[in-house]
Amino acid sequence: MPARIIEPNTTPFAKVAIDPVTLDIIENALRNARIEMDATLVRTAMSPGIREQGDAFPLISDPAGKMIVGQFGSFIDGFLKQFDGTIEDGDMIFLSDPYSCGGAVSHSNDWLVMLPVFKDGRLLAYTAMFGHQSDIGGSVPGSMPIGASSIFEEGVRIPPVKIWKKGEYNEDLMKLVMHQTRKPDWCQADLNALIASCRVAARRVVEMADRFGDDVYVSATQELLARNHRAMKSLLAMAVAEEPVSFEDYICDDGKGYGPYKIRCTMWRDGDKVILDFQGTDPQSAASINFFLNENMFKMFFGIYMIMVFDPQILFNDGFYDLIEVRIPEGSLLKPHFPAALSGRTHALGRIFDILGGLLGQKTPEFLNAAGFSSSPHLFYSGWDSREDGTRDWFQLFQIGFGGIPGRPMGDGPDGHSLWPGFTNVPNEFLERYFPLRIERYATAPDSGGAGLHRGGNGIHMTYRFLADGEIAIHDDRWFVPPWGVNGGHPGARAKKVLERADGSQEIVGNKVESVSVKAGDLLHFITWGGGGWGDPLARDPELVGLEIRQGLVTPEGARAYGVVADGEGAVDADATTALRSEMTASRGELPLFDYGPGIDALRANCEAETGLPAPVQPVWNLREAAE
Amino acid sequence: MTYRLGVDVGGTFTDLLLFDEGSGAFWRHKTPSTPHDSSEGILNGVKAIMADAGITAEQIAYFLHGTTVATNAVLEGKGARVGLVTTQGYRDIMQIARSYVPGGLAAWIVWPKPQPLARLEHTVEVPGRMDAAGREVAPLDEDAVRGALRKLKGDGIEALTVSLMNAYLNGAHESRIGQIAAEELPGIPVSLSHEVLPEMQEYERTLSTVANAAVRPVVSKYVSSLRTKLEQEGFKGRLSLLRSDGGLMSSQKAEEHPVNILMSGPAGGVTGALWVAKNAGFENILTLDVGGTSTDVALIQGLEPRRQRTTEVGHLSVRASALDVKTVGAGGGSIAHVPQLTGALRVGPESAGAVPGPVAYNKGGTLPTVTDANVVLGYLPEDLLGGAFKLDREGAKAAVQTIADALGISLMEAARGIIDIVNENMFGALRMISVQQGYDPREFALMGFGGAGPLHVNAVARLMGSWPAISPVSPGVLCALGDATTRMRTETARSFSRLARDTSIADLVSVLDDMAEQTRSELVGDGIPEDQITSLFEIDVRYAGQAFEVPLTITQAVLEEDGIEGILSRFDEEHLRLFTFNMDTPHEIVNLRAVAQGQAPALPAAELPKGDGNPQAAKIRDHTVWIDGSERPAVIYDRAKLRQGDMIEGPAIITEMDSTTLVEHDCTARVDAVGNILITLKTEG
Repeated sequence: MPARIIEPNTTPFAKVAIDPVTLDIIENALRNARIEMDATLVRTAMSPGIREQGDAFPLISDPAGKMIVGQFGSFIDGFLKQFDGTIEDGDMIFLSDPYSCGGAVSHSNDWLVMLPVFKDGRLLAYTAMFGHQSDIGGSVPGSMPIGASSIFEEGVRIPPVKIWKKGEYNEDLMKLVMHQTRKPDWCQADLNALIASCRVAARRVVEMADRFGDDVYVSATQELLARNHRAMKSLLAMAVAEEPVSFEDYICDDGKGYGPYKIRCTMWRDGDKVILDFQGTDPQSAASINFFLNENMFKMFFGIYMIMVFDPQILFNDGFYDLIEVRIPEGSLLKPHFPAALSGRTHALGRIFDILGGLLGQKTPEFLNAAGFSSSPHLFYSGWDSREDGTRDWFQLFQIGFGGIPGRPMGDGPDGHSLWPGFTNVPNEFLERYFPLRIERYATAPDSGGAGLHRGGNGIHMTYRFLADGEIAIHDDRWFVPPWGVNGGHPGARAKKVLERADGSQEIVGNKVESVSVKAGDLLHFITWGGGGWGDPLARDPELVGLEIRQGLVTPEGARAYGVVADGEGAVDADATTALRSEMTASRGELPLFDYGPGIDALRANCEAETGLPAPVQPVWNLREAAE
Repeated sequence: MTYRLGVDVGGTFTDLLLFDEGSGAFWRHKTPSTPHDSSEGILNGVKAIMADAGITAEQIAYFLHGTTVATNAVLEGKGARVGLVTTQGYRDIMQIARSYVPGGLAAWIVWPKPQPLARLEHTVEVPGRMDAAGREVAPLDEDAVRGALRKLKGDGIEALTVSLMNAYLNGAHESRIGQIAAEELPGIPVSLSHEVLPEMQEYERTLSTVANAAVRPVVSKYVSSLRTKLEQEGFKGRLSLLRSDGGLMSSQKAEEHPVNILMSGPAGGVTGALWVAKNAGFENILTLDVGGTSTDVALIQGLEPRRQRTTEVGHLSVRASALDVKTVGAGGGSIAHVPQLTGALRVGPESAGAVPGPVAYNKGGTLPTVTDANVVLGYLPEDLLGGAFKLDREGAKAAVQTIADALGISLMEAARGIIDIVNENMFGALRMISVQQGYDPREFALMGFGGAGPLHVNAVARLMGSWPAISPVSPGVLCALGDATTRMRTETARSFSRLARDTSIADLVSVLDDMAEQTRSELVGDGIPEDQITSLFEIDVRYAGQAFEVPLTITQAVLEEDGIEGILSRFDEEHLRLFTFNMDTPHEIVNLRAVAQGQAPALPAAELPKGDGNPQAAKIRDHTVWIDGSERPAVIYDRAKLRQGDMIEGPAIITEMDSTTLVEHDCTARVDAVGNILITLKTEG
């Protein structure tokens, strides 16, 4: 049963003509309101995940739930279809269960707050924001159990409920929710922050309607959607062919020894409409790497990529949604059946973007970017502060790492930067001040960026010295299947994690592990992936390669991938370089559009030797189904 | 008789304002800037203005100067070749920065890779480590330090910076490297992070230290060349530079800590506005400084401009106090265009700049700009600057017509649309510093200055509800006025990072006393008499765990009277105002700052002769403007001939040497006693 919207004032908004200037002014004001949402959130949140790293996403929608400004597209329409209840003035909706909102949030850690904005008895807008909570209970600190086989192990699940009901705060509900988490102080502060952001935006929307008139405001939002529709329509006709193109990439493993998992997408245009079909994507995993992908969210990702690749000037909104059809097979990795575990969805979420890049760039290689998304690599570290002068208090760290930005048409990929919008690293002095940690190395990993005319960004090599006994968990990917290069560029290096015990022994640990005990004095090397390279590495200026040797970004051995012979001081031997380059040119074939590395079979065969880890085992789906 | 001379160097013009400390009389002068060496343009101006006032250089007691020389060195990458010494394992600190890519999803595709201010090939790392309590974990390896410094010497670095992990708690290793550098790199200036910015967060501290070192040689060279030239003219007074936070610092101090003058330019306008506000009897002012390519806005409440702890220069955010000035890419030269794909009207951020400039300037510009729209609408009369320079209205019309055609509207509608959009962009910036900080703009007056501020101030005041709209005396040289009328200031900051409940008032007072002493003696060293110095404290408070601190300004007397509880309740109040909620979480006292200030000079503004309310004597001619949907008759007045009390009915245009004020059709302007034009809605009288 769909939601019933209670509007005391049933007069519909009149559609009025909007002059182009007013339209632009309203668009601009909406953009500012959205910026204000972000600022409010970051200033008042407390968990490092939100306050330092910015892991949260805002939106403002029209009365029908279509996103006018925001980031990840609107889920409100889908939510309204499923929500069995009323929406009234003074209500505020709170939820975290992906299965209750069609994947609007994709794991239970993301708490979403949605505020219907009423003015004079009529629903004028929704403002909403979701943010990643550092802990929501469940079987492991951080609430993202790699070993989970169902969502019930992943902490408190909040179906759509009213945190405020007609202006009345539901305190009992919040007590119940906060009782489930290991970090109620962070959760409460972060929830306050989400609410404050939505309220700020709601105030701005009402002010806009006051200023321009309710009818003008609502008509303007419709015109903004229509304008986007028109722009996207011509962009799609220009950039997407009727002939299907496909692209596929992999999640390396599921943390239980199986992998890789394939995600495949095929794209074609049928008249005005673009179809994106995930047929060929592997079935859902028995572990927690499933990604419940909301179709509208994927439309938005697609739209934003189109815009960024072809015309970054356009402000994106939901207006173009009916120009795109997304088909996701039921029971696949991207649309798992309830109650599949979802907490480790970050890997597939990241991979979706590499796939989009690969799809869009095939017909227009000059716009093609290399691969660079692993996931958002996570480190969890928790325990009791047992240092001599420690507080004996419980500590719990959730940190997001970054890798290399891929080589791009415009140039090199930045080293150790975030592919996610608004994310920043946590200052190491902050980590050392508030956690029993010393960060002994925070540097880029030389040669990890794929060679190319435009080099892929290097990944980060971060070394943690643990100062108290505790447990760690690691979530990362791209350790088995490398990030591909394009237009002749090489793949980037893969991720790696090494634990160096205080007794001097070393072990390579997996990229999806949890409940690993660490002792005070142990070291963890957390090394992330490099971005793929763009264009022919033999065409890169040898002097630039020499400079990057002096900068420590490339080693003399790594320089040979560019056909450059140089010493440890970065002095280039011009003759040897010319000779090496002509030899390499002669012996290689035509440059491939995509360089995926040696292929899955070869990766599997060499896995142990190259990565120090056993190769993942090919998952067999009918066995899993039979076991259920 | 002594004189104060304010000098502001802009991209196009150098503005001078000479103030007679006794009578309040002033002279102003504008001369073309000389970008290759701005002291040349300054000297031209100084000679001209002295001749104008009939004085000699000996009579100038204070030469007070706002400069963008440091800003430009950063923006144009023309700073010194800086070597950086980091802790082992942290060589890439500037390369990785905060890993932040500006913009939305997928913005990394179009984000240019930035070059660090200290180049990576000139960055070295050395063994030695402090922990997060300031204790030595590993001793400094002095041999490695020497080796690293010799390498940097070979690289030909011009300045050295040292920034080590946790040095904000214990700077011993940095200091030792400083000593070794004095032996290994004699003559190379050294900046240590724990001295420049003793605060947590290694990247921000390193960046601030590097920025300081990078601009130091440039600023030093500039200051000494300026000083020499002024001395050759016979100047014997004191040379001070305007800090980003709106105070003055001695030129010697500026040479050592140029990181404090990175936003010296925009600060001048705000301090000028402050002086005007005092004389016009307003305590709460929003400023609107409209230039050719951008607009700066700031907020003054209770005659105190809002400050912030960071200085934003280009994409860099340096930890040094600055006035909270927001900049938008909207100015007279902003170009209007209609992208084909969306058919939307966009104005800026691309600008025609000074060259080729707006079409109406006849210097080769072909694209329609905000200035062109103002010319088309009649807001900017064709004969500017007393007839010396004629605007090309027909050219402007043809350019704006292209916008009208693309949008399918009339020429005048298109022109007004361009103005409305650019006003809206300014409005957005003003909202960021007012509404979004919890201030109600209706409690503020809006002051428009810079070349084009008075043209837009009336319309923007209407959007904000901020009345009156003020066109101050000498809007075109307000920055120079600000330079001339502000006071000396210095500050020092420290990390405190303790829970309020674990802090005694005695602890706090003893640290603050220490800091106050340090700042006061600095000003005494600059020749300010002890009894003229006032001290203020700023305490940054947050709920433990938050990333954002609220700075609270407090005097020693209030601190002793209200105690820590008093600070915390003020914090709760401010937090509620900003974010609409309070929390039960413990309070953390994050940072402490002590500020010492000299006395503000008592500089009265000169009164205008009293008039009878009728501005007829100042009328130049009749005119027409297109406003509120139609062509309307208007009158052009000469500002120099207006008298106090004159009432001007809109629509009207008031011209002067370097600026034009527009009074809209439903507004009335009144000339106050000292010549400010105050515009209000007719209905409000």
